[in-house]
Amino acid sequence: MSHRFRHLLAIEPLTREQITFLLDQAKPFQEFQRYPLKKLATLRGKTVALTFFENSTRTKISFATAASRLGADQMNLQAESSSLKKGESLSDTVLTLEAMKPDAIVIRHSSSGAAEFISHRVDVPVINAGDGTHEHPTQALLDALTIRDRAGALGNCKITIIGDILHSRVARSNIHLLSKFGARITLCGPAMWLPRELDSLAPGVHRVPRLEEAVEGADVIMALRIQQERLHEPSLSADEYILRYQLTPGRLRLANPNAIVLHPGPMIRGLEIDPAVADSLQSCILEQVTNGLAIRMAILFELIAGSAEPQEQTKDSPHAAH
Amino acid sequence: MRIVEKRQLMSADEIRRTLERLAHEIVENTGGAKDLALIGVRRRGIPLAERLAKSIRASSKAEIPVGTLDITLYRDDLSTVAPQPVVQSSEIPFPVDDRDLLLVDDVLYTGRTVRAAMNGLFDLGRPRRIRLCVLIDRGHRELPVEASFIGRAVETTDAEIIEVRLNEIDKEERVMVMDRVD
Amino acid sequence: MLLIKNGRVLDPTSNTDARLDVLIDKGRIAKLAAGISAADALVLDATNCIVAPGFIDLHCHLREPGQEVSETIESGAQSAARGGFTAICPMPNTQPVNDNASVTRSIMERAAAVSPVRVWPIGAASKESKGEQLADISAMQQAGAVAVSDDGKPVATARLLRQVMDYCGPLDLTVIDHCEDSSLAAGGVMREGPRSIRLGLKGMPAAAESICAGRDIEIAALTGARLHIAHLSTRGSLEHVREAKRRGLAVTCEVTPHHFTLIDEDVQYDSRFKMNPPLASRDDRDALLEGLADGTVDAIATDHAPHHPASKDVEFDRAPFGITGFETAIALALEQLVHTNRISLMRMVELFTTGAARVLGLSQKTERKLAEGSGADITIFSTDRAWTYRAAESPSRSRNTPFDNRDFRGGPVATIVAGKIVYQA
Repeated sequence: MSHRFRHLLAIEPLTREQITFLLDQAKPFQEFQRYPLKKLATLRGKTVALTFFENSTRTKISFATAASRLGADQMNLQAESSSLKKGESLSDTVLTLEAMKPDAIVIRHSSSGAAEFISHRVDVPVINAGDGTHEHPTQALLDALTIRDRAGALGNCKITIIGDILHSRVARSNIHLLSKFGARITLCGPAMWLPRELDSLAPGVHRVPRLEEAVEGADVIMALRIQQERLHEPSLSADEYILRYQLTPGRLRLANPNAIVLHPGPMIRGLEIDPAVADSLQSCILEQVTNGLAIRMAILFELIAGSAEPQEQTKDSPHAAH
Repeated sequence: MRIVEKRQLMSADEIRRTLERLAHEIVENTGGAKDLALIGVRRRGIPLAERLAKSIRASSKAEIPVGTLDITLYRDDLSTVAPQPVVQSSEIPFPVDDRDLLLVDDVLYTGRTVRAAMNGLFDLGRPRRIRLCVLIDRGHRELPVEASFIGRAVETTDAEIIEVRLNEIDKEERVMVMDRVD
Repeated sequence: MLLIKNGRVLDPTSNTDARLDVLIDKGRIAKLAAGISAADALVLDATNCIVAPGFIDLHCHLREPGQEVSETIESGAQSAARGGFTAICPMPNTQPVNDNASVTRSIMERAAAVSPVRVWPIGAASKESKGEQLADISAMQQAGAVAVSDDGKPVATARLLRQVMDYCGPLDLTVIDHCEDSSLAAGGVMREGPRSIRLGLKGMPAAAESICAGRDIEIAALTGARLHIAHLSTRGSLEHVREAKRRGLAVTCEVTPHHFTLIDEDVQYDSRFKMNPPLASRDDRDALLEGLADGTVDAIATDHAPHHPASKDVEFDRAPFGITGFETAIALALEQLVHTNRISLMRMVELFTTGAARVLGLSQKTERKLAEGSGADITIFSTDRAWTYRAAESPSRSRNTPFDNRDFRGGPVATIVAGKIVYQA
């Protein structure tokens, strides 16, 4: 059996089979979240390095909890880094990581390509928790898990993604993943954040400028968070955005009556999403959080628990194990 | 290195009779069987547990619940088992607390699987008692584990492998002793 | 005395393409004929090689003074000699900026002491290239500057560009501009397009270059001075230049080897693909190939931009722009332009010699020709010798090139400056 995963850097290079495998592996971990005792010893003695260069409470806590529930220890490398601040470069972090030799590295950074950069320089499995505006693979996986559980097979879905698509790594990862399964993906948002080149990002994608038209008949609606900095660019006021792109109950009614609503969080209630929609029965936002934990446990398990080389048959190998 | 069959241990018929005998023993040695539940250890423990439950139902009319347990997350030897271990769901549709549990597996060898299975059960609650039923006990224990119900005890060497084939999984029914040859 | 034997002489000035021997004495070409014999001359066998006038690189960065960790005049010039160049024009964005005569003089003095090739500095257009006040242009020219530019950035405003061009006109100095509309390009790290979207990297639209090129050409028309557009990389800019030439304006442009070889789709998360202007779209690159063939493009220049390894080994966003280029220029020109039959060998030689000389204004110093009596700056290259470029073997202090370990067919064989061999393969 060949080694399927060394790193999880992006969705784009994965096959349908690999993605399906990861989603299936997440199921036992979904159940695990309901156990009275949520503590395994599976990864005891292993260390997960959490290198979060961007402020992110939820994703970081999710990975930390996932590691902890699997019995692993965590190493927290924190650094302030934004495009405005000239702090340490990633190459300095590489040296620190090499010295500490964790069993896996989870990295979030403001530069696109950061996870790949680390994976080329440190001989440790790397999980991309968000690199610049490039990809956020675990988010797309947990979204896919939620969609599969609540809205049916990925290939049959009509999905609408709303917001600042140009700057969204969540959008990119979701587009790559859903496209591989043959889903129909509609992108909607202000024109300067919806460039023409998005149509060629993956098959099955098209852009629709008007929200009412974009959500019509949708099975899944994903509202992206609007980064406040973007509204200060010489582009769009919050009021304009709300008027044209907020997901309101009225707009939601234009979708499939069983449509589900997703949001990667954190939400700005009253900006990209009406609170009534966020709290409605169609909203799967809380489930996304639970699924995020399950998926991250599955990924940590996949990348850390297996050995690096296929083992020859010994007393302890599958034939003999008992 | 190849694996070749050395000899057949049990035919389909022998398996059937053994399981019937085990079902009787279980009923006799479980006062009343009212809190009894069977837990089949993935993989081949599951069809065995289901057959035992069916047999018990046929002979004593008692309806014994059956759960399934995947022990991958509880193994102590993950890095040597496979390059990419696959974890599957456990399904135990009844509360574990205060229950009389019977773990069912095909082969008892080092005892590590049973140790992992017990860890898994303790994560779900606090059973009153856990006992073990296996089709084959091949010795070579590495942990202090014993089975209360044994289909057949066999002496084996470390180089040998016991292969159990069941219709539900392998589309054939027998137990063999295999040898490793270069 | 040096005798170059059996080479194929290609001289665009006299339109010579013939098998001729070249005898060099006291830094000049003493004789140019077939079958020369000279008893006490050192013989350089140029069989199967092209013998051309000495190549000029109109655009490079030598980093001295101020950033010697990346390159020095000496290491850069050695790399240039190895690349077949006999004269190089370093841009003024050093530390301090070359915006006055004393910096120009120090560069010239240093070059005289250590450089195997001719160094013709380009002075800044504005003080510290800040885009506010004119630099000491006349004084720099007297000290040896051959043109002015604020390269690294565009000349900041149309108003300043006009002043610079008005001033340079009577001085017979070319103004070289790095065309970039800062407001459109700001924050960009590669060419805006499908690849930048896919990689999640901020893009600079092609229009950022062509808008500025258009602006500059109008100012050239207004002032009548000579304008040269540096490292042109888009169809839009090229069309502006074509139109300007049609109008009879003194506008020229250069293209770098990496821009006619690579495109935006080649970009990886690897800073060896990061430069400014960035690698362009396939269509833009096709336009450059057309321009190189039809004469709209006047010269090939490398924009050799060394950065020491530690500074480039960072995440893409953070890396400085630029790649080295002296040693792969000839090989890439052969690979992309000549071996593909897009241009003739004569045209290729022109792009590295007379084309470049005309950009600076033809003079006794800049003229490139192989004729009896003329200065012996000669570039000898092969069109088919197989070799592999290895950055580690370069005398440059930097290694930032996407062409490391690339196999080539043809490349520099020997470089002669003032009759002296400064490089031999």
